Amino acid sequence: MPHHQPDLDLSPPVSDEVRKTTCYMCACRCGINVHMKGGKVAYIEGNRDHPVNKGVLCAKGSAGIMQHNSPARLRAPLRRTGPRGSGEFEEISWDEALDLATNWLAPLRATAPEKLAFFTGRDQSQSFTSYWAQNFGTPNYAAHGGFCSVNMAAAGIYTMGGAFWEFGTPDWDHTKLFMLFGVAEDHDSNPIKMGIAKLKARGARIIGVNPIRSGYNAVADDWVGITPGTDGLFILSLIHELVKAGRIDVDYLSRYTNAPVLVNGDPKSPEHGLFLRDVDGKPQVIDRNTGKPAAFDTPGIRPDLHATHRAAGVTHRPVMHLMAERYLDPKYAPEAVADRCGLTVDKIKAIASELARVAFDEAITLDREWTDFRGEKHQSMTGRPVSFHAMRGISAHSNGFQTCRALHVLQILLGSVEVPGGMRFKPPYPKPVSAHPKPHSRSAPDTPLDGPHLGYVTGPDDLCLKEDGSPARIDKAFTWENPLSAHGLMHMVVSNAHAGDPYRIDTLFMYMANMAWNSSMNIGGVTKMLTDTNENGDYVIPRIIYSDAYSSEMVAYADLILPDTTYLERFDCISLLDRPISEPNAAADAIRWPVVQPDRDVRSFQSVMCELGARLKLPGFVTEDGGQKYADYADYITNHQRKPGIGPLAGWRMGEQGVTHGRGAPNAAQLGNYIANGSFCAQHIPEDAQYYKPWNMAYQDWAVKIGIFDRPQPYIFDLYAEPLRRFQLAADGHGERQPPDNLRERIKATLDPLPIWYPPLEDGHVDGEEYPIHALTQRPMAMYHSWGGQNAWLRQIHGRNPLYLPTGLFQKHGFIDGDWARVTSAHGEITVPVAHMAALNPHTVWTWNAIGKRKDTWALKGGAPEAREGFLLNHLIHELLPPRGDGLRWANSDPVTGQAAWFDLRVKIEKVRAADEAHPVMPPITSPVGQGPDELTWKVEK
Amino acid sequence: MTSLPTSTQRKLGLVIDLDTCVGCHACVISCKGWNTENYGAPLSDQRPYGADPSGTFLNRVHSYEVQPESAPAQLVHFPKSCLHCEDAPCVTVCPTGASYKRVEDGIVLVNEADCIGCGLCAWACPYGAREMDAAEGVMKKCTLCVDRIYNENLPEEDRVPACVRTCPAGARHFGDFADPDSHVGQLTAARGGFDLMPEQGTKPVNKYLPPRPRDTLGQTNGLAPFLDPVAQESKGFVAWLDRALAAL
Repeated sequence: MPHHQPDLDLSPPVSDEVRKTTCYMCACRCGINVHMKGGKVAYIEGNRDHPVNKGVLCAKGSAGIMQHNSPARLRAPLRRTGPRGSGEFEEISWDEALDLATNWLAPLRATAPEKLAFFTGRDQSQSFTSYWAQNFGTPNYAAHGGFCSVNMAAAGIYTMGGAFWEFGTPDWDHTKLFMLFGVAEDHDSNPIKMGIAKLKARGARIIGVNPIRSGYNAVADDWVGITPGTDGLFILSLIHELVKAGRIDVDYLSRYTNAPVLVNGDPKSPEHGLFLRDVDGKPQVIDRNTGKPAAFDTPGIRPDLHATHRAAGVTHRPVMHLMAERYLDPKYAPEAVADRCGLTVDKIKAIASELARVAFDEAITLDREWTDFRGEKHQSMTGRPVSFHAMRGISAHSNGFQTCRALHVLQILLGSVEVPGGMRFKPPYPKPVSAHPKPHSRSAPDTPLDGPHLGYVTGPDDLCLKEDGSPARIDKAFTWENPLSAHGLMHMVVSNAHAGDPYRIDTLFMYMANMAWNSSMNIGGVTKMLTDTNENGDYVIPRIIYSDAYSSEMVAYADLILPDTTYLERFDCISLLDRPISEPNAAADAIRWPVVQPDRDVRSFQSVMCELGARLKLPGFVTEDGGQKYADYADYITNHQRKPGIGPLAGWRMGEQGVTHGRGAPNAAQLGNYIANGSFCAQHIPEDAQYYKPWNMAYQDWAVKIGIFDRPQPYIFDLYAEPLRRFQLAADGHGERQPPDNLRERIKATLDPLPIWYPPLEDGHVDGEEYPIHALTQRPMAMYHSWGGQNAWLRQIHGRNPLYLPTGLFQKHGFIDGDWARVTSAHGEITVPVAHMAALNPHTVWTWNAIGKRKDTWALKGGAPEAREGFLLNHLIHELLPPRGDGLRWANSDPVTGQAAWFDLRVKIEKVRAADEAHPVMPPITSPVGQGPDELTWKVEK
Repeated sequence: MTSLPTSTQRKLGLVIDLDTCVGCHACVISCKGWNTENYGAPLSDQRPYGADPSGTFLNRVHSYEVQPESAPAQLVHFPKSCLHCEDAPCVTVCPTGASYKRVEDGIVLVNEADCIGCGLCAWACPYGAREMDAAEGVMKKCTLCVDRIYNENLPEEDRVPACVRTCPAGARHFGDFADPDSHVGQLTAARGGFDLMPEQGTKPVNKYLPPRPRDTLGQTNGLAPFLDPVAQESKGFVAWLDRALAAL
């Protein structure tokens, strides 16, 4: 056959139209170009102009088309007809559904608003949902942060007024050494990959700290295969090395942190460990120019790290002294910690040395003048080109808060936060604790709550306790058990509601949270709590309302289902009031808009809440004459004002001289402007304001101008976290508000104002000899929680999740690939398929999270591997720790923040005969949506 | 069987950086999406919601563990699609002329109208880069997005294969290997780009860049020496602090 080339059309039409909106296949919020053909979605690619992803798009994002076309989508509102958990429903109209919800909720609001518990899962509209809950008047609202990464967020805010991901990011353009601790592979998905690409292109070093060497850790130049739960000890050892060698940025520490702030050193004083303050309440430092105390922000001073000060008979010492005392202790020496961390002494020393070398010997300078908050002018910006990122791997432990704090303290000691090459904040961050609200929980019939639910406590007075000292919230957030629970404790809601502890509720209302499956610990227990009845035969949790777009495991456990749209069928706003898409050089927010209309009887959840709010006559949702204030979510996004001139979106507002960004009145054309601009708005930070943001007056003034703050609020970083010390003092018997006696010792031990390390709490409750192995999960890059499971393309990549065992364990038990193991924790056991992985910490096993599915959910067919061999580790994890004979039950959470301690899990493993399917086997659930087709030949234009 | 052109004017192909590929499968799905909607028959999926789902993909990412003798194990992500070989055995084996290599740019394509679905080409390809579409009964393979790279309906910067446009880690590069000054030519030269299975004699156009050395920190002395203490305990350290501040 001779060579023959057919005529090819090399310029076929690509699409009729490109509609630019925002992805929702995970929490990254990338910009997408949705190519439309014949009014249908034909192809999705990244938006090149978008600040988050700059054109690239991950597997999830490109597979969004199959999420939109998923057979698992709910079709209409559902009312339960069979028993809870059966999956038996009837389709009802929206009028019926909203009547039902109104009839359930109106009496609660009129008598006891706290009887509604409203918790939203992977909600990207928290400023809206929390506003709704505030207007309802219930104190019981939070989103999913408590079982996700509140330790990271709270430790960041309490230390430096911001953390990672939406708060901050490495300076990818300048950093020369990047150290990554425990990050699920789908986290900050495209930005981290794009950042790694930049580093790789210029040969910068990447160090990955993770028990599992996959994903980002696979491309890291150096892998630190740490033993789970010991990251804090490793970090404190790095701090020990750096402090001991004097390889710390003393200039930065004295100017921009509370290292020079004077601390009361009198053990007998009720203020022992608190700061010396002046009459204005400002922390005091010694000025090296005068040798006298001065407020930390006094113009012209040079804060000292060395001198002590005696006042009223009490010696006050700078924070830096306390740090030196603590971290020079030989118990943090590499020789003392290496074994426990699963590392070598030389590796720890080499990393400390490399951090110091790059930070100080490879310092960079940007030729930009700037003025600090003390009025001092600087000719240039000095950078320490060492940067860090971390997320759940270090935060989902019961020592996670202190570990995250330790990491931030390490960054600050190196002088590498908010400097060129270091870690940079994204507006509206940096924002100190003092600029955040405190939690509010005072509720009364027919009355809005007294303020925002979630916030940052600064001492016992801010806790959410009732007059009798009992918890005000159903999840016991902001109580002595976990005082700094800034995101609430969603993982405790079902069990507390079931136990009637601290009180009984009536209606549990949840959005986008698979609490009957992968988002709960102790699944068997939780599903029993959701279906349990009392002596009258009534459900112990009387009513459950749930909203989701998909037929998840949770659907079957609700009484009323409000079916949501897909992300391509709705308006959304990704707001500066919430979790925006800002970059270090720009404040940015974004929208989603209906690029297609729903082809079924579903409605955007937020629009439904606008109507439900009006039906319930919630003050923020009705007009003066009692009518519905916001016709739908788009109306709310456009016209709601949180305060005059500030609304959900900052772009294209109506200023005094016409359309403007930042502050301004509502503009009816605003959403159209966003759509025309690719669904986002970026306000760029002037060059002289781009670094040193907490202390840079040009940044502070810019932030006020665009509406982020109402006045400049420069602050210094809190190496020493005084709020924690106030709880220790209470535990010592100081003050009016006193913790229960059983918590005193734990508060004293764990709420240390300087970062500490203690073993994960589970270690103290289970026998380490009996359960010697750490068990972890992580999410793959191509799958986000359980949502991805029904995606026809993605499940071909990640449809199976064996338990990966390291070489030593695999050989010790005589496994071969395809064998099965029984995995037992102090709480339960599972039987699962195993596989070998060499690039793994020798004491750790792991699997992909949320691949396993309940039978007949998500429109998957019976034989789907996800529902047969797929499994969850959640069965092995309990929301409470095992009893230890003290008569008390201890939550499996961080004692500071209440973060769910998923990764404290310890197990033992035995080889068992091959099983037909993973155990425990839970019965199938009747699918309210049927099953997907047997073949796909997907093409819009065939 | 089918002849190859004696030479091609350009040699278009990909360089894939194994040092940087994080194994995220973005390229896999972007390819699936574009090529389902575009060139030829859609890439079908069998049992997409059932047991053993199996669909047609033109690009897949495989992962391999490497265990060095005295260093921690490594994981290498290895994306694989048609390498558009100069001596493409999949073309010469084709009984109908459906498989061909383009004279202009060297892209290997299947003319689906002439493909009888015999599968010989897939047997002949040493890389396993061709997949028979179970619904359509025709052979599918990477087209190097021939319907994108010259497409005047796309903005010029988008005239690259879908996998290259989407790769978040910048691990995929597209260009003309016939031009040593091209970006791909330079990268291949600078980073020691290599042929996959050169012993097969297929002369693949696509190249792979090898992973850089790993785990050198703490293993060699080429980097910074360990840190020397300024003090052993806090009193000495505080005195050092004073000196350090005075020196500023």
